Amino acid sequence: MTPRPGLVLEVDRSTPPTLFWHGERFVLERLPEGSRIVYAPEPLAPLEDPVAAIRRALLHPHGDREPLPALLRAGMRLTICFDDVSLPLPPMQSPDVRQLVIEQVLDMAAEAGVDDVVLVAALALHRRMTEAELRHALGDRVYDAFAPHGLLTQHDAEDPTNLIHLGSTEKGEDVEINKRAATSDLLVYVNINLVAMDGGHKSVATGLASYRSLRHHHNPKTMVHSRSFMDAPSSELHSSNWRMGRLIADCGVRIFQIETTLNTDTFPSQFGFLQRREWEWGLRDRATYVATAAALDRTPPRVARQIFHSIRAPHALVSVQAGEVEAVHAVTTANIWKQQGVEVEGQTDILTMGLPYICPYNVNSIMNPILVACLGLGYFFNLYRGRPLVRKGGVVILRHPTPWEFHPGHHPSYIDFFEEVLSDTTDPVEISKTYEESFATDPWYVHLYRTGNAYHGVHPFYMWYWCAHALDHLGRVIVVGGDPAAVRRMGFSPATSLDDALEIASDVVGRSPSLTHVHTPPLLMADVR
Amino acid sequence: MKSLVFERNLPRFAASRLASTFGSGRGAGIGPLRLLETEPPDLPGPGWARVTPLLSGICGSDLATLDGRSSRYFEHIVSFPFVPGHEVVGVLEAGGRVVLEPVLGCVARGIDPPCVACAGGMLGGCERIAFGHLKPGLQTGYCADTGGGWSHAGLVAHESQLHPVPDAFGDEDAVVVEPVACAVHAVCAAALHDGETVAVLGAGTLGLAVVAAVSALSATGRVEAPDALLVGARYAHQRHLAAELGATASLDPEQLARAVRRRSSSLSLVGPRPGRPTGPLTGGADVVFDCVGSADSLAQSLDMVRPRGRVVLVGMPGRVHVDLAPLWQREVRLVGAYAYGTEPLASGERVRTFDLAFEIVAAHGFGRLVSATYPIERFEEAVQHAGAAGRRGAVKVAFDLRHGGTRHGDAPSASTRPTRPAHPTRPARPTIAGTSTGGTS
Repeated sequence: MTPRPGLVLEVDRSTPPTLFWHGERFVLERLPEGSRIVYAPEPLAPLEDPVAAIRRALLHPHGDREPLPALLRAGMRLTICFDDVSLPLPPMQSPDVRQLVIEQVLDMAAEAGVDDVVLVAALALHRRMTEAELRHALGDRVYDAFAPHGLLTQHDAEDPTNLIHLGSTEKGEDVEINKRAATSDLLVYVNINLVAMDGGHKSVATGLASYRSLRHHHNPKTMVHSRSFMDAPSSELHSSNWRMGRLIADCGVRIFQIETTLNTDTFPSQFGFLQRREWEWGLRDRATYVATAAALDRTPPRVARQIFHSIRAPHALVSVQAGEVEAVHAVTTANIWKQQGVEVEGQTDILTMGLPYICPYNVNSIMNPILVACLGLGYFFNLYRGRPLVRKGGVVILRHPTPWEFHPGHHPSYIDFFEEVLSDTTDPVEISKTYEESFATDPWYVHLYRTGNAYHGVHPFYMWYWCAHALDHLGRVIVVGGDPAAVRRMGFSPATSLDDALEIASDVVGRSPSLTHVHTPPLLMADVR
Repeated sequence: MKSLVFERNLPRFAASRLASTFGSGRGAGIGPLRLLETEPPDLPGPGWARVTPLLSGICGSDLATLDGRSSRYFEHIVSFPFVPGHEVVGVLEAGGRVVLEPVLGCVARGIDPPCVACAGGMLGGCERIAFGHLKPGLQTGYCADTGGGWSHAGLVAHESQLHPVPDAFGDEDAVVVEPVACAVHAVCAAALHDGETVAVLGAGTLGLAVVAAVSALSATGRVEAPDALLVGARYAHQRHLAAELGATASLDPEQLARAVRRRSSSLSLVGPRPGRPTGPLTGGADVVFDCVGSADSLAQSLDMVRPRGRVVLVGMPGRVHVDLAPLWQREVRLVGAYAYGTEPLASGERVRTFDLAFEIVAAHGFGRLVSATYPIERFEEAVQHAGAAGRRGAVKVAFDLRHGGTRHGDAPSASTRPTRPAHPTRPARPTIAGTSTGGTS
């Protein structure tokens, strides 16, 4: 049966309550009549034989690239880079698509007699992956073949001996990336393109870059002019990455780009109700919801977190394409829109979102308040093409417990950012000017990034900049059910219930606002007309 | 006349100590402190005067004594029974309000020539506090001969101990001059340098007074100006006050170590762990004022001070277990800061500590830190309130003796007021007549 496309539902008296994520819980909310709910398209059918599809992609590349076997020869230096733990979300059931792709690339390399092969996790400024995470992404076979010999590495953006400055773009942007990757005869980059923002030149220009390079596009000015991140032609973030990518290519770095897209089959069958439309819930869905919600209400947050982070998504591969970066990415982007795109007519005064327990930067970790803001205002707000779902000066209502809690090992600089920076100002431009450099160069954060599993010292700044477009666009941000102190620290308004939030919002949008709820995850992207 | 008298009574001492494990001040009613009828103390000799207390504060060292947490070191430099109360504003028999400078040095003890410390104006360092014509007692309030501030019977004070109170000062302003003087002395003892990072641990009366002293004295060039003054304060009202008094940042104590680390670009010797994100720092603050005086606060101070930095003990410590290995390995200087005297300043002046304290109290309207007053008849409540001051939104709790004791049939009442960051009617800056430049006058 053909999967049904996305849907915009208008709420009427017969519409059942709508599911909102609330961190490691979920609640049913009754939306006002006349509200709209945007539902994601149903998951596309998986590729029947992913291994064959991958092989086909490697042998039939897009753009100006030869098939992969033709690019491989004995005596060459081959570097295979891959997306890190931030993708996909939630982590997918084994085998991970990275494993499937890399195993085939390695098989082809072995057939060609290539013996200088290094794997690089493209961390950018993200935290180093643990052994378990690497094994999950690559499979035991690849891990055991490379890791014991030091051939499975993680990009270190603070290692001056393994960075190379390739030059500056016409806009003066420094391009400094991983030296091993840049000086290899072939750089194979394996992507998981969960959303339209991922991939393209961003893979290498961001994933393998240093702070010196990243600061040119990860800043408030660029972020405010990325409208949205999911629409590359309208995204200054992507324009900068494309300039850098072209410079990298001009410098002779030969990249074989492999991009994959997954369907929106996000939760295992026992949580099927999470991706089903409420009016279609059967008896089993209702019973599961009631039982799960009741159990979670009695579960300590720490335990609930562990339970949710153990979820492995049944994401399935729906497309794979390889070859020259730009040609590949054009196909990938079209495939993502095919899976996630929903046409929406016009903007709304109020946009509501239930935020789940996970975002790209808290896999196996704590969703701290800055990440809550980033998920809501950086990611979900930007899931649009054309115009934002919410009008200029409108209101976003987030639902999340927003605990004042941080993972000290993963997010040490976030703690100081929250305490020291946001207590002073929430203005991204001011934050950037006053505080960014001291965090970026703080030797303790550098140490923890390089030797532990910590995000780089500057990372919370990027998360905040990620919100810059939304902060510039919105009249107010309200968080329902969040820790009031944490919510206020970020300059948002706390509310105890959705009704309370709508009352607060009325100061900004009046008494009869239009309201749209994005029912995600599963992920969707709104094509706003 | 009613007075609160502290007696040497081991069973009551033990009971008080046990009760205090449930919270500071909880053993006031069963401890060695009792409300008794007493006679006014005798005048020890010429140059002495009778002072009738108006307000008398409850200090951290008083609480430690009442809780049985005080060091046994003090046994030899106090004499029993004594009437506590060394933070005193009172009125002389001859009229005129005075603030008591309570240290009983050589001059007060009739020792001539005075010891080296007293001769040099370092009254707090007096070497004769257990000698002379008075019984042992490092201060009024710990000496059996002088009486103390927690009394309607009054106390006796040597003229060298008395400071006239300017008319513009309220009694509440005057009663906090003594703790502010302690803070001034601590700041002077720290020998601050321009551009240093200073951390203050604890934001009770002493911590806040240290903040005020650092900002006021550095603003007038009397001490060199630190670049940052970071304050660790457990309660919100303390953080507001610290910020108002000049702190660069006023933070939860757990955040203080992180802020110091950030400020000093230090590494930590211990990796981040849940519940304790910051361990001992490799660098740290140039100066840490420990205004708590506990084993934890001292350990925390040693964790966050830089090698060769200074830890200034402002809060009175007792017998504490502290690992001194970091002090040794990092060559940290541990500086005690007790009482007051005459301060040699960076500006070249030598000024009596109390004179500086009067200025700071006036400049900051410090009387607003007096959050509650009680009649001495309700001493149990008063002491419990003082022991839980931070938690209860208070800073300084004092006894109010302005009504001559409880009249028969009257119900003595307490007065509480919120400690507000803003003071609507600050007293005018006082003019201190006879500011001395040496000696203890």
